[in-house]
Amino acid sequence: MERHKNTTPAPGEPAVRISGVTFAFNGDPVLRNMSIDIKEREFVAIVGPNGSGKTTILKLILGLLHPLAGTVRVFGSPPERARARMGYVPQYIYADVRFPVHVLDVALMGRLGRRGAGLGPFSARDRRAALDALDEVGLADLRNRPFSDLSGGQRQRVLIARALVSEPDILLLDEPTASLDSEVAAQLYDLLGRMNERMTVILVSHDLWFVSRYVKRVLCIQKNVQMHDTTDVDAEALGQLCGLGMRMVRHQDSCPGGDCR
Amino acid sequence: MSEFLDAVANYKFMQYALATGLLASVACGVVGTYVTMRRIGYIAGGISHCVLGGLGAANYLIQVHGWTWLQPLHGAVFAALLAAFIIGFVSLRAREREDTIIGALWAVGMAAGVLFIARTPGYSQDLMSYLFGNILMVTPADLWMVIALDIFVVGLGVLLFNQFTAICFDEEFARTRGLRVDALYMLLLCLTALTVVLLVSVVGIVLVIALLTLPVAVAGQMARSMSRIMILSSILCAVFTTGGLALSYAPNLPAGATIIVLAAAAYLAATLAGAVSRRLRARASLK
Repeated sequence: MERHKNTTPAPGEPAVRISGVTFAFNGDPVLRNMSIDIKEREFVAIVGPNGSGKTTILKLILGLLHPLAGTVRVFGSPPERARARMGYVPQYIYADVRFPVHVLDVALMGRLGRRGAGLGPFSARDRRAALDALDEVGLADLRNRPFSDLSGGQRQRVLIARALVSEPDILLLDEPTASLDSEVAAQLYDLLGRMNERMTVILVSHDLWFVSRYVKRVLCIQKNVQMHDTTDVDAEALGQLCGLGMRMVRHQDSCPGGDCR
Repeated sequence: MSEFLDAVANYKFMQYALATGLLASVACGVVGTYVTMRRIGYIAGGISHCVLGGLGAANYLIQVHGWTWLQPLHGAVFAALLAAFIIGFVSLRAREREDTIIGALWAVGMAAGVLFIARTPGYSQDLMSYLFGNILMVTPADLWMVIALDIFVVGLGVLLFNQFTAICFDEEFARTRGLRVDALYMLLLCLTALTVVLLVSVVGIVLVIALLTLPVAVAGQMARSMSRIMILSSILCAVFTTGGLALSYAPNLPAGATIIVLAAAAYLAATLAGAVSRRLRARASLK
């Protein structure tokens, strides 16, 4: 696979460095003076109750949001300049459920913004990369199916393929298992574990049960931020550390008012 | 029907009308698909009503101030682009107030048009043709303008197909790929504005919205990819405009209104056929 890195990180340079970041929505502080380093090839889960700012961290890393104070660096660069090296898997697609695209079309969207993928149709090389990525998530057979015909788990895998076709060094996923049953979610984590062999994986989840089997570190977002090595503690202990009950994290609707604190 | 064919063979105005309808159909299919999928039909409506202000102002300048080099269509293009810029700017800066601004522009554009028309001697009867179309009055100068707009709109709409589809499908992801999402959105609004101007020549300000959305809605029942919906809706739009012209000619009905009724009938038929075939398929799968 081709790799062109325009910014080679200095040895020991973390994949993501968040230093002293404060962020607020309409004056409500979500993150306060947060600092964290994520090294290359790590598998980090960002865990916390609803409204705690998990997704915000992901969007700060992607450069979709900007901190009020502090800095975010991805491989030593501002996020906007490191976007080519990040693959993003959102929780939802807000478009119409019947949006007329096929599976291969969605995967191809990951090739946009690369040099060479400018005006006009995608090249044969783009198509090959998209097919390879679909193959990797086990969906090459469904490439000509309408995206809206797929199940939730299949759609999630298409979105992962879309992130993979840009050959990222960091894969960022927002609640990848939120709408999946436990068996499909387990398969998804197997896939992510495989991805982790060649890239950094950062995901947001409230679903600790699955997370703890694969992740190397868990980032708990509450009023203060804590990092935990998963080798030190088991899932149940993590749940308590992060202030989450194991049962309630499966279903968001069991958190009355969306506030699990 | 033979009367219509005779007219096409013998009368320049009929040939211009036919050519305008066919050219506008291509832009209509391409841009209409983006408009429907990005759900900015209401924005297209706002832009189209602002066109009255531009047409009125241009006519006023031509008649009262003797700006003979100006064409009414120039005013339409200017007003449509201005409206697109204002709406685009507002929706990028303050998303939640978008509909207020669109509604205000919608009415202000109409009001400005009516005021200009009132101040232009001898032109008050033009109001009806602006509102409901005057495809039989297309001049050669209009036709050149239509050709130029069509090439520009369709060219960009096709060249940037992947980019526009990506921002319609998932704007946030497109941003993470480094696409200039805001600039592309602005460009899409401008293409929408120019398409609206093309369609105003065919069916008039009030009816534009239907021609921009109905062919796409029918095509969406039959095809499930952006490119196929574009091609199919262009063909359907051409069928509706040509069919509307043909049907309206002998009984001397307004062409714009006939075109819209034809498109709406096709949409109704396609929706009913879709519902029936889904039910039949569901029943067959139960057996």
